[in-house]
Amino acid sequence: MRDRGHYSFLWPAMIVIALALNTPINGSEVPPDRGHGQDAPRHQEEKPDETGFDATPFIMDHIGDSHEWHLFTTPDGKHVSIPLPVIVWTKERGLSIFSSAKLSHSHIHKGYMIPEEGELKGSIVMVDNDGIVIPDKFILDLSVTKTVTAMMVSALILIWLFVTMARSYARYGISPPKGIQGFLEPVVLFIRDDIALPNIGKQKYEQFMPYLLTVFFFILINNLMGLIPIAPGGANVTGNIAVTMVLALFTFFVTQISGNRNYWRHIFNTPGIPFWLKPIMIPVELIGLFSKPFALMVRLFANITAGHIIILSLVSLIFIFGSLVIAPVSVFLVLFMNLLEMLVAFIQAYVFTLLSALFIGLAVQEEH
Amino acid sequence: MIILANSLATPAIGTIFWTTFIFLILMIVLRVFAWKPILSAVKAREESIRSSLEAADEARKDMERLKADNEAIIDEARHERDILMKEARTAKDRLMAEARQQAKTEADKIIVKAREEIEREKRAALTQFREQVVSLSVSIAEKILRNKLSFDNQHEKLINDLLDEADLSKN
Amino acid sequence: MTTGTFAVVGAAIAVIGAALGIGHIGGKAMEAIARQPEAAGKIQMAMIISAALIEGATLFAIVVALISL
Repeated sequence: MRDRGHYSFLWPAMIVIALALNTPINGSEVPPDRGHGQDAPRHQEEKPDETGFDATPFIMDHIGDSHEWHLFTTPDGKHVSIPLPVIVWTKERGLSIFSSAKLSHSHIHKGYMIPEEGELKGSIVMVDNDGIVIPDKFILDLSVTKTVTAMMVSALILIWLFVTMARSYARYGISPPKGIQGFLEPVVLFIRDDIALPNIGKQKYEQFMPYLLTVFFFILINNLMGLIPIAPGGANVTGNIAVTMVLALFTFFVTQISGNRNYWRHIFNTPGIPFWLKPIMIPVELIGLFSKPFALMVRLFANITAGHIIILSLVSLIFIFGSLVIAPVSVFLVLFMNLLEMLVAFIQAYVFTLLSALFIGLAVQEEH
Repeated sequence: MIILANSLATPAIGTIFWTTFIFLILMIVLRVFAWKPILSAVKAREESIRSSLEAADEARKDMERLKADNEAIIDEARHERDILMKEARTAKDRLMAEARQQAKTEADKIIVKAREEIEREKRAALTQFREQVVSLSVSIAEKILRNKLSFDNQHEKLINDLLDEADLSKN
Repeated sequence: MTTGTFAVVGAAIAVIGAALGIGHIGGKAMEAIARQPEAAGKIQMAMIISAALIEGATLFAIVVALISL
């Protein structure tokens, strides 16, 4: 019983390995021309599948960023999307701002275009007068992309929510919370009492509360918005490495800036170890310094992206099998995953905030 | 796949810029318009709950003190009442004793008076009786004298006896 | 077999390691909570922190695998 419990998890892992080695484990059930699923891309170049559905570009399109917000595709294959502003700067041409609608379908505007395939698919490239791509040009692309738009929407929702909440405090004073206030206040108090207070300490936690609260709710709302399949949800904001990198860097800088003498002494002159070990400890400590925010960045990115990939893969199953019979199974699994991802949305926001508080707490704690 | 995975794992400068910008703005706006009022209101509420609890505790203590005071007052009143009762009882006893004494004196006086009266009556009766004895003796003497004085010795003896008798009854 | 294949196998092995580690943490935490229910909050926090740290190491491996795809 115990052994079975210990090793039963190996089965999914084995299935993953089997899939990776491209062994059709259920080949008899799946028609070979449709069984490519997630491992299709490796065959893309060799043997383009005309009839089958290739899930990889579909999934990657959804979890990646883009210069327009794709809403839906009509039955006759027309893409309906919201154009977003493109802001690009180059040394030669200076700053140009225009709508991304002018770049759709590989159109060239002001010497820029967005290739629809190839190595630079989806990113803005510079072209010369003949429409030939000028390679290796540095283009500062500050466009308001789908991710950025979704982030702005989330930020506005947060501001609306919490300013409303703050107003109701002003209106009702210290009476028991009502409505939105009653829903959000326990979360705010949870962050204060269960994350900030125990990890940072009574004397110093107050100055970090705005950061911790903002980061928690920012991650949470973006995680949750990402689970809503229709605009303005559905963008993979917290599954974008740039976003998680910025958040992790915020934690990093907040930690380093608030670090006291004791904290730096622990890094450069670790107490309690023999003197000859100290030079060895410095690089170890320095690696630890940077690996903490790196882990924060990758954890959030990988968790959210993985969730999106799983849900989209399950949706893709319907099209991969090209059968309506699979739809109920797929829908059930997607529903299950959505619920799981909702839990993950909270857990990841919590873990990010908790670890931020922990790192800050380590940096500000006094000698003991 | 290679390209896509790389593009996923490579942070885009534009996104970094906008995320930093949006996050900073969001943090500043929320800090000023949300976190500060919310946290201070929550703190104020906690403070008020704490002070209310303290006030309630204080009130409870006051009540207890008041109750103790009341009990003391009641005790005192009871004590006073007891004293008063005792005093009343002693007063009553004294009064009764006095009354009894007076009654007794009065009765004694009456008895003494009655006795004197009886004495007087008795004396009057005796006097009257003596007068009757004298008159009776006289009448007896008359009778005897009237009878013949035949035996001298006998006459004398008789008279003496009668006189003695009269003396005795006089006492 | 391409490098991509090895990368995926590597990711899978990393996941096995993490699953074992986090499973142990979860199991031990449950035992600890059963033994001392009053310390559940502290145990949960320690559990999540250690799970997060293990997960961090695993994620490095997965990212390395993803980059070499």
